[in-house]
Amino acid sequence: MSRIHVSTTINGDDVDYLCEAGDTLLDVLRDQLDLTGSKEGCASGDCGACTVRLDGRLVCACLVLGAEAEGRSVETIEGMAEGEELHPLQRNFINKAALQCGICTPGILVAAKDLLERNPDPTEEEVRYWLAGNLCRCTGYDKIIRTVLETAAEMRGAA
Amino acid sequence: MKFETPQTVEQAVALLAADSGARVLAGGTDLLVRLRAGHIAPSAIVDIKHIDGMGEITQQADGGWRIGAGVPCAAMGEHAGLVADYPGVVEGAELIGSTQVQGRCTMVGNLCNAGPAGDSVPALVAAGAMVRVAGPNGTRDVPVLHIPTAPGKTSLAKGEFVTSVYLPPRGARGGDAYLRFIPRTEMDIAVVGCAVNVILEEDGTVACAGVALGAVAPTVLLVAEAAEALIGTKCDDAALAACAAAATAAATPIDDKRGTVAFRKDVSGVLARRAAKLAYVRAKGD
Repeated sequence: MSRIHVSTTINGDDVDYLCEAGDTLLDVLRDQLDLTGSKEGCASGDCGACTVRLDGRLVCACLVLGAEAEGRSVETIEGMAEGEELHPLQRNFINKAALQCGICTPGILVAAKDLLERNPDPTEEEVRYWLAGNLCRCTGYDKIIRTVLETAAEMRGAA
Repeated sequence: MKFETPQTVEQAVALLAADSGARVLAGGTDLLVRLRAGHIAPSAIVDIKHIDGMGEITQQADGGWRIGAGVPCAAMGEHAGLVADYPGVVEGAELIGSTQVQGRCTMVGNLCNAGPAGDSVPALVAAGAMVRVAGPNGTRDVPVLHIPTAPGKTSLAKGEFVTSVYLPPRGARGGDAYLRFIPRTEMDIAVVGCAVNVILEEDGTVACAGVALGAVAPTVLLVAEAAEALIGTKCDDAALAACAAAATAAATPIDDKRGTVAFRKDVSGVLARRAAKLAYVRAKGD
């Protein structure tokens, strides 16, 4: 059977690919486009390791079909830094050691960036609820939550 | 497996009617999980989101709301007019899954999945919401209450799919609320859910009410006795107690690891009382 031709935008670049009807966006990103920053944890929308933005909205790439990206805009962790310049969240996650094994980190960074763009001054409770769909089995979350809050404060100060 | 992107309702109906193995895709948060788990093997996936109106929330000429079948629940929470009129419907929809799931999941998907514990369904039933069903014989409007028939089963016929939800005009003095019990604070399946919708007279007396329970029967329950306990009252303690007793009596839950029959019946009453109080306060607007 013929594969589906998809024209989409990923991190601002026009991208074309061919996929099967059952391929998820995560399959396409990782296996075809070598954008392996988005991780597959559960493949059922529970863990958030594959979090990307689709037309400006956070989604799990494992719960989107590759064919659905036609004509839409996808943002992944690979588009978060400006060239060599890390996003403040990325820089602070490293500096403040808000990660251990790192598998959940790309999804958490994408989700946290989206939160701070919508709400530059979230409460701790708001951060915890917003990131409830991003599971981390290493850190116990405390450093992650604190780093998001500290980065929010830093970004507000810089603005 | 084919992937179809019909541009009109008629095209979608034709695809669904011609192929009994075809499945509707809206938000995909249930469909893709089942697909990946191997529980279903559709011959075609019919993505309805390219059809006009599927992603729209629009206020109708009569003041009611029409919510397209492709509207993600997150978009409902961002719609100030809908939140003002139906805070209970929105809070139920916003309880489904995580932030990422909210970006995709839809109320119509939650309804047609026909899980007994679907969080967005009780508030729709309490509000007397209708869905528009398109099929080979045209369209029909059906009460939300009549869509689920058993766990995982709906009353939709071959070739039919739901295109939108309609919420009646809110009017000057109406309010609603949805509460659920879960053992944690987020991302869980309701052990009991309860929605209450009330419309008040000018003097604050309840003129009209709907009380719906989720997760305590094979399908959502509309509890007429609980609504009657509120009608004609100002939701005083005696009315709230009668409403709670009626909810407890109506619940027919199962025992499972998340709650016993006795616990679920009791919690049905507790949530009915609290949701009624909250809906009443919202309806009064003070």
